[in-house]
Amino acid sequence: MILGSINPAVLMAALMVAATPILLAAIGELVVEKSGVLNLGVEGMMIMGACLGFIVAVNTGSPFLGFIGAAFAGMALSLLFALLTQALMTNQVASGLALTLFGLGLSALLGQRYVGITPPRTPKLDLGFLSDIPFLGRAVFSHDIVVYLTIALVAAVWWFLKYSRAGMILRAVGENHDAAHALGYHVKRVRVLAIMFGGACAGLGGAYLSLIRVPQWTEGMTVGAGWIALALVVFASWRPWRAMAGAYLFGGIVVLQLNLQAAGVKIPVEYLSMSPYLITIAVLVFISSGRARASSNAPGSLNRPFHASS
Amino acid sequence: MKRLLMTAALGMALAAPALADTTKVGFIYIGPVGDHGWTYTHDQARLAVEAEFGDAVETTYVENVAYGADAERVMTQMALSGTDLIFATSFGYGPDMNTVAARFPNVKFEHATGYIQETDNVSLYNARFYEGRAVIGHIAGKMTETNRVGYIASFPIPEVIMGINSAYLHAKAVNPDVEFNVVWVYSWYDPAQEAAAAEALIEQGADIIMQHTDSTAPLTVAQDAGIYAFGQASDMSAFAPQSHLTGILDVWAPYYIERVRAVQDGTWEAGDVWHGIVDGMVGFAPLSDLIPEDVRAEAEEMIAAIAAGEYHPFTGPINKQDGTPWLAEGETAPDGDLLTMDFYVEGITADIPN
Repeated sequence: MILGSINPAVLMAALMVAATPILLAAIGELVVEKSGVLNLGVEGMMIMGACLGFIVAVNTGSPFLGFIGAAFAGMALSLLFALLTQALMTNQVASGLALTLFGLGLSALLGQRYVGITPPRTPKLDLGFLSDIPFLGRAVFSHDIVVYLTIALVAAVWWFLKYSRAGMILRAVGENHDAAHALGYHVKRVRVLAIMFGGACAGLGGAYLSLIRVPQWTEGMTVGAGWIALALVVFASWRPWRAMAGAYLFGGIVVLQLNLQAAGVKIPVEYLSMSPYLITIAVLVFISSGRARASSNAPGSLNRPFHASS
Repeated sequence: MKRLLMTAALGMALAAPALADTTKVGFIYIGPVGDHGWTYTHDQARLAVEAEFGDAVETTYVENVAYGADAERVMTQMALSGTDLIFATSFGYGPDMNTVAARFPNVKFEHATGYIQETDNVSLYNARFYEGRAVIGHIAGKMTETNRVGYIASFPIPEVIMGINSAYLHAKAVNPDVEFNVVWVYSWYDPAQEAAAAEALIEQGADIIMQHTDSTAPLTVAQDAGIYAFGQASDMSAFAPQSHLTGILDVWAPYYIERVRAVQDGTWEAGDVWHGIVDGMVGFAPLSDLIPEDVRAEAEEMIAAIAAGEYHPFTGPINKQDGTPWLAEGETAPDGDLLTMDFYVEGITADIPN
């Protein structure tokens, strides 16, 4: 057996943790894209969340408040994006890229005095008897609360998009903004709200890295997690549960290859190491090619600016 | 005409001291200055240069510069804006630096850990980190109880392989049962990935973690798991006081100050140095009280012996992993062998990725 001395329960536990930050960011971006907006600033919003969440948690001593702060930080940055793209009608791709650069720079500046500090720790959730179940106890019921809330969030987004009236309006805006506008829906209002939700989720994802996963603040610590989240949304063809499966798959590959190496299994590590990124590139190439678009599940008005007069 | 010449001469006389007074020094970094690892130590040295020379120098730096066109652009920009001396602080800047150096023969270039020297205004400098790895290998060999040391490696290049070999040999020397588990993360800096690697190693029974990556994340993981670890590049003890044993420090300041002074004195010449503990380029974070007193004394002894030139960390007999002899009894490794090292020494069970 190739897994050798690797304990599958531990592997499962580790992949859930590794997947959580990208899943949070991805589920937020999924809602944004469903409303027809492509925000490439996920990385910037994540790093701002990581930074501000850390700062708030250190100053208040409460990781909970840290997460709240991170959500607001991501949201604040996303509002900038909303202002640029929805009010000033700038190009979404360029604005998103600028947002990433801005977030990376601003967070480095704000976080300067917080390098080398240990944040207050987030306790693992005590699930009582559940944690004592063999295998599942270690694999699934041994985490901090954010892991479970993230799964709950995926469920909530799925329900919202599929069954709620507001979710259908959001999808209508994303599929055909002219038609939605003609029906009397406020295209821009819906989009701004979606962008804010995406920002808050990305901020939470970043804070998960700086407050729980690592837990420290260092400049540029997200190292591309935001881009992976973006690719994940497409990979999942804009479906929440698939995004979760994708995140767990990605987290699983990352964790598995590290564990295989640690266990001394002789495998070509370089291929495993690059596989998540290869998949990401392949997916990004796939979406940027025009023909694929029609056959995929992409929202019809994705990345198209809307102006009521046009 | 005469007046014009005089004015020109006066102008030059006024301008000349200003030029001689301020030496402009530029730095190019591969990562952010806040990484607390590699780039951080270079930036600390830059600040030391400023402190040493005060108004006589003007330093600039650009961080997160990618290899290739980006690096070439930044260096060209620096050279055009009157920079006298440029430090490029990562291995991959070699080709770009030599291209720019050929275009600006009056600008001096210094390349860390490089090997390409096409013009006489390109200087190379590097540190013998394997000396430090020998010391932490010794400490790890003495302190591990599971006889398993976890090693988080970045890229399979000679610098990193040399470090693994050095640490392993010295752990093995004091603990014949010791085993090294190496995980390659293919990054110099990725906190989440490094943390996951540390967790995987601990899961496999490692009770001491070494890293050749720049983030402090593995230390935090080690502290949470109640095991020991070594820092990297700068003193990282504040990140995990109950876990941090010591760390190899990159001390660039003395060299940078020396080279800036040489430029000011007009004595700068291209060189190629590989400095070790004795020159002060390789240092140690304070040895923690967590290390038993006798082991601490042995470590201090080894540091002193290496500094005095009495002991070379690669002294034979040493065989390569496949059993073929590398160094004979009493023979020390030639620098050339070390700088191109692409093999593990005998006893390490893993394979080096291609």
